[in-house]
Amino acid sequence: MWNWEYAWSILPDLIAALKTTFWATFGGFIFAAIGGLILAMLGRSPIWIVRAVNRLIIEFIRNTPLLVQLFFLYFYILPTMFPTAPTALVSGIIGLGIHYSTYMSEVYRSGIDAVPKGQWEAAKALNFSRTKTWSTIILPQALPPTLPVMGNYLIVIFKETPLLSAITLVEVLTTAKNAISISYRPFEAYTLVGVLFLIISYVFSVLVRMMEIRLNREQSASSGTDSSSKPQSGGKGRLDKEVKQQA
Amino acid sequence: MNATELEKAAGQEAPARTRKRQADTGVQPIVRYEHVSKSFGDLEVLHDINLDIAPGEKVAMIGPSGSGKTTLGRMLMTLEEPSGGMITVDGEPLWHMKSKGRLVKANEAHLHRMRGNIGMVFQHFNLFPHMSVLRNVTIGPRKVLGISAEEAHERAVTMLGKVGLGDKLDVYPSMLSGGQKQRVAIARALVMNPKIMVFDEVTSALDPELVGEVLEVIKEIAREGEMAMMLITHEMDFARDVADRVIFGAEGHIVEQGPPEQIFENPQSERLQSFLSRFRLS
Ligand SMILES: Nc1ncnc2c1ncn2[C@@H]1O[C@H](COP(=O)(O)OP(=O)(O)OP(=O)(O)O)[C@@H](O)[C@H]1O
Ligand SMILES: [Mg+2]
Repeated sequence: MWNWEYAWSILPDLIAALKTTFWATFGGFIFAAIGGLILAMLGRSPIWIVRAVNRLIIEFIRNTPLLVQLFFLYFYILPTMFPTAPTALVSGIIGLGIHYSTYMSEVYRSGIDAVPKGQWEAAKALNFSRTKTWSTIILPQALPPTLPVMGNYLIVIFKETPLLSAITLVEVLTTAKNAISISYRPFEAYTLVGVLFLIISYVFSVLVRMMEIRLNREQSASSGTDSSSKPQSGGKGRLDKEVKQQA
Repeated sequence: MNATELEKAAGQEAPARTRKRQADTGVQPIVRYEHVSKSFGDLEVLHDINLDIAPGEKVAMIGPSGSGKTTLGRMLMTLEEPSGGMITVDGEPLWHMKSKGRLVKANEAHLHRMRGNIGMVFQHFNLFPHMSVLRNVTIGPRKVLGISAEEAHERAVTMLGKVGLGDKLDVYPSMLSGGQKQRVAIARALVMNPKIMVFDEVTSALDPELVGEVLEVIKEIAREGEMAMMLITHEMDFARDVADRVIFGAEGHIVEQGPPEQIFENPQSERLQSFLSRFRLS
């Protein structure tokens, strides 16, 4: 059944293809992290139309499949928007980024909601502009508790990258398929893909877990009995549930 | 334009005068409420409030819970928008601005400019927990007034010394007692140099043994004079000591006002009499 010799022979190609997978993962993650923050802040706009449009965009993107979004982006939207159509990798990064920014915005939102109302009011009483309220008062308190959930999204995005094979990106899964089309031996190739993803996801999740523990320790050290801040007790648990449930 | 400048100049003389400012006429008030009302949904909680506060005047607001004291102060700090009427600060409408000769709803730029005159200390301190005590006090001058780092540092250290916290500069708020936190909050607000400051029950979240230290600091600031103060409080002795004028409100109306001696020794209205008697009992 299992042929070690064949497995070893395709492993270097698969590992080489991981490079593309990593680019797509980190690129998509950074895009989503920035896009999510912008969506979260727009969701707090004093102008109701901005909030409503923001909500509409988020719901639309969340309620349509990522695969379909990728197709539309790669084959229609991006080629019409740009004179030279972006590569599959860039399109993939944009697609993953847009899709996951809507989920990340929810994570940011719970972080922002966990900052007590009194902090906004104190900022106003000191006459902070809106921009400075965000940058010096709200975000420095809202972001640190979201980091572990953000880390989990990095893993989620990583595991979604095989979808990019649908828009012709030669990442790990495509490389495996290519090998299979020559050898007609799917068992080894798919198993190896699975194992690779398992190992990398596991390492990531251990790192995230470590970060979480450190953050919790720091937070309980710095928040003490400060009744003025009502720190995010319970807030984090809420954040954790926000991670998109993957089927 | 010229007339308002003259009025402003007149206003600046006011700090020289002491006590019993409410009798002054001809001095432009630092704050004026005219027919101000406030509703939350269908519930009107303040009705047709008219009130002038003179520059440098210390006004104590007393009254039963729910009478609207906090709401009155929050409208001045622009945390709550009035439903009707007009608030004027230093001769300029707070929530309105002139546009093509008409008064329209103020935009954010106008509110930002007006807020520079106003400060507030909150019941629950609202210190910034992610910043040291020193940074809590320097951040406003640095980010809002645009003052240099050295000067902001100097001002903050002086101010924290004044409230008795010169030795806590690098400590984080979570390590402080409630009384210390509130003194940091007072320093943070003072360092912005407002012309009027709202103190909203600044001791009612404190353990009883910590109330004294905070009230002492406020009394000291009041003695220094120049800044007008709206002191919302349930501490009657404190109101009597500090205030030039005491205002008693109930159910969204100003029921009675006058110098502390009159309000506490010789209350006119039945409501105030019963309020004070209940107060002494409890
Ligand atoms: N954000 C709000 N939404 C709805 N109702 C409010 C709001 N803020 C205040 N109220 C109501 O307005 C009324 C006046 O409240 P306010 O807090 O100004 O009273 P107060 O005199 O400060 O009372 P206390 O002495 O208890 O602090 C109360 O009936 C209160 O329930
Ligand atoms: Mg109140």
